[in-house]
Amino acid sequence: MDSDSVFFSLELVAGSGNTLSLEQKAALQTSLVILKKNYKFQRVLFWGKILGLKEDYFIAQGRGQDELRDRKYLYSYNCMDWFLLPAATDSMASEVSKAARGRFIGDPSFVYECVEVNRKSEDGAAEDGVVNKVKEETRLSVTVHQIDQEVSVVPRGSFIRNHLGLVIVNRSFTGLSESESRKLDSFFHFREPKNPKQRFVLQNGELNPAVDFLDVLSDDVPKGSWSLQFEFARRVLVLRSLLWLGLTFYHLPRTPQHGYVYFGDGTKNLDLPFML
Amino acid sequence: MQLAASFKAFLLKNSTESNQNLYDHLTQLLMKVMAEHPHNAVDVIEDMSRDVKRGLFQDMQSTLRDLPQTTAAELLAEQQCLLFSRPEDRDQEEELVETPLPNVSEIGFNLEQAGVSLGREEMQRIFLALKQLVESQALPRCRLWGKILGTESSYIVAEAECREGEEDGEQSTDEAPEDEDREAETQESEMDPLPESTYKPPPVVPKETTGTGANKFVYYVCNEPGLPWVKLPSVIPEQIIVARQIRKFFTGRLDTPIVSYPPFPGNEANYLRAQIARISASTQVSPQGFYQAGEEEGDEEDEVPRDSYEVNPDFEGIPVTEMVESLSFWVHHVQHILQQGRCTWMNLTVKPGEESNEEGEADEKEEEPDEPEPEVGPPLLTPLSQDAEMFNSPPWSSKLSSTLTSQHAVAVLRSNLWPGAYAYTCGKKFENIYVGWGVKYAGEGYIPPVPPLPQKEYLSGADITETLDPTLEEEQVLQEALEEQQAAQEEMEEAEEEEEEDDD
Repeated sequence: MDSDSVFFSLELVAGSGNTLSLEQKAALQTSLVILKKNYKFQRVLFWGKILGLKEDYFIAQGRGQDELRDRKYLYSYNCMDWFLLPAATDSMASEVSKAARGRFIGDPSFVYECVEVNRKSEDGAAEDGVVNKVKEETRLSVTVHQIDQEVSVVPRGSFIRNHLGLVIVNRSFTGLSESESRKLDSFFHFREPKNPKQRFVLQNGELNPAVDFLDVLSDDVPKGSWSLQFEFARRVLVLRSLLWLGLTFYHLPRTPQHGYVYFGDGTKNLDLPFML
Repeated sequence: MQLAASFKAFLLKNSTESNQNLYDHLTQLLMKVMAEHPHNAVDVIEDMSRDVKRGLFQDMQSTLRDLPQTTAAELLAEQQCLLFSRPEDRDQEEELVETPLPNVSEIGFNLEQAGVSLGREEMQRIFLALKQLVESQALPRCRLWGKILGTESSYIVAEAECREGEEDGEQSTDEAPEDEDREAETQESEMDPLPESTYKPPPVVPKETTGTGANKFVYYVCNEPGLPWVKLPSVIPEQIIVARQIRKFFTGRLDTPIVSYPPFPGNEANYLRAQIARISASTQVSPQGFYQAGEEEGDEEDEVPRDSYEVNPDFEGIPVTEMVESLSFWVHHVQHILQQGRCTWMNLTVKPGEESNEEGEADEKEEEPDEPEPEVGPPLLTPLSQDAEMFNSPPWSSKLSSTLTSQHAVAVLRSNLWPGAYAYTCGKKFENIYVGWGVKYAGEGYIPPVPPLPQKEYLSGADITETLDPTLEEEQVLQEALEEQQAAQEEMEEAEEEEEEDDD
C-alpha cells in the first residue's frame, strides 16, 4: 500500500486481524520518506510483514519509472533502518527451494542446510551427500518476489501502459463500481503477463489494450483460491489469497483507493486443493 | 484491421443515458454538414452537433419510476443501527454494578499495541454486539473469543458461560431413526434371512456434559456485528478426532456440508465448534498465578484431573520483561483434550457379568491385562515451557510490543502452532484472542489419511474354498477304482447269497 495512505489503509485491511502498532506506524511514516529521497524512488510502498520465530521483517517496496519492472525491496526490523534485498534470480529460487524448510527464523544471516542424498543401491557403499546451503536473506528475497509474482493484485484501470511501453499509474482512475468490484474479472495480477487463455473476439470490443495488458485473476487455478468479501460494514472490497495466506487486497469502490499488503509467515499454502 | 473493427464496435455502443450511439450521431452530423455547407464549419461544429441532438427530441419523462437498489452496505447499516440504540427504561444504577462485559476500549487498545486488530470501528461494533448478546441471553459471563476467516464470509465468535441448569435440546434426533429401522426389519423377515454381518462398530465415546471439559463454555457466532447471534452445538469427541485429521477452510455458512475423508460427522457448525475447542485447549493461556486451582473435593485420586480454577485475588502481576523472556511464567488455563476427544478419560470396554455390586468390586480390584490404559493429559495450569516442540520450531514466540518505551510496553505471546492465536499481558490484566483461518500449522504438507484395508467378505471355510477341477486321468482312475469297488461288492453279495442258499 502506498506509504502516503498507510495510516488509514491499515484500518481497511485490519479485517484479516493484523495491523501495526502506533509506534511502528509513526516510524514508518518518517523512515519511508527518507527512503524515497535516498534511493530516488518515484513511489514507496509498505509491502508487508513476514513473521519469523524470533524477529519479524518489515518489507518495503520502491517503484521506479516503470511500475511493473522497476521494483526494489527493502527489509527492516524496527521500521527505521532499512536494508536492500538482492534482486531474486532463477538460480537463487532453485537454491531456496532445495534447502529452505520450515519457518523464517528472523536472522538474515542464518544458514539453512539440507543434505541431498544420492544412494547407489547396487554398490551399497557410495552415498553422495550434496549439502545445499542458503542464507535466510536469499530466502526472504525469493519469497517476497514469489508472492509478488503470484498474488499481487490491482484493479482494472488503475495502471495503464503508455505508447512507450512504460506501465504508469492512471491518474484518471476513478475506481470500480460496486457491481464491477464483485467480479473477479475486474482484478489483475501485477506481473509480466503470461496469457494462459486467449480472449474471445467478442470480448475484444470491450477491451482496451492500454488497460487490459495483465492477467485476470479469474484465470487462476484452482478456482476458488481467492476469497472476495465486503468488509468494514460492507463498504470495502477485500480480496484474500488462499494460496499465500496473509495477502490481503483492499479497494474502496468508486474511489481510486486500492492496495495490497502481506502479513504472514511467508509459506505457500500447498494444501490448498485439500482445503477447498 | 482488428483495431479498426473493435473501435467501430466501441462507437456503436449505445449510451446508457440517452440511448444514442456516437457512430450514428457522427454520421448524422456529417450528413448535415454535407447538406448545408456552413461557412467556417469547424468553428460552428459544436452548435451543429447540439442541434442534431435536439432534433432527436425524445420524451425524457417516462412513467416508470426508478426503483432505488439497496446496496448490501445499506442493508447492513440498518441492522447495525440497533447496536447503537439505548433502551430508555434502564436505571442508571444498574450500570455501575459489575457487568459481564470486559472493558472494551482497553482491550482493543492493548491488542493494537500487540499488532492484532480488527479495525477500531469494527472492534467497537463487535463489542456493542456482544453487549446485545449478553442482554438478550442473560449470560453470566461473556468475552470475545476471536474471529475465524472464511472464503465467503467470516465468523465472529463469542465465548460465554451458560446459565446453570441448561441442557442441550439434542436428544430428539436419536428417536427418529429408530422408526425407520423397524420398518426395514419387518421387510427383511419376509424374505430369506440374509447372512448377519459380524461387524460391530466401535463404541461411541459419550460427549461431555455442558459445563465440563471441552464443553465448558458455550459459543455464539455471527457473520457481522449487528446480525443475530447463533449458538453453536456442543462438541462430540468423535468430531474432535476427525477434525484432527482433516484440513478445510470455512465458507461462512453454518449449514455447509463438510466433504472430507475421513467423513466428518456434521456440518460446518460442528466443524467450527470442534476447531474452536481445539484452539482453546492449545492456546488459551494466562500469566502464572492469575488463576489458582479450585477446591478439590474429598478423596483425591491422582486419576481425576482438576478442572476448576478460580481467580486468584492475591495476584500481583509479573513484570513484563520477565514474561517475555521465559515461557514458564505463562500457564494453560483450559484443559488439554486427550486422544480420545474428551478432557476426562472414559473407559469404553464393557466387562461381562458386572451386574451385582459384589462382583463389580471384585473386578475393580483385579487389574485385567487387556484393559486399555487410561489416557492422561498434562494437568491444568501447566506452564508453557513444557509444551512440546513441533516441526523443529518452538511452539510460542514472545516479544515486547515496543522496544523504545519498554516501561509501558505489553508482553505479547504468539502461537506458532495455530497461526493467529495471540495472548497479551500488561500489569494485572491479560487477554487471549484468535484471528485466523482456523487451521493448524501442518509443517511441510498435509497428507490425507489412507482408507482402511477392505474387510474380508465371508469366513473362508471348506465349502467355499476353491479347488482345482480333477483332470481326465484322475477321473478315469477314480472311475476304475469305483468300478472295482462295485465289482468287489457285488461279488461279496453274491457270495453271501450263495451262502444263504447253501444254508437253506
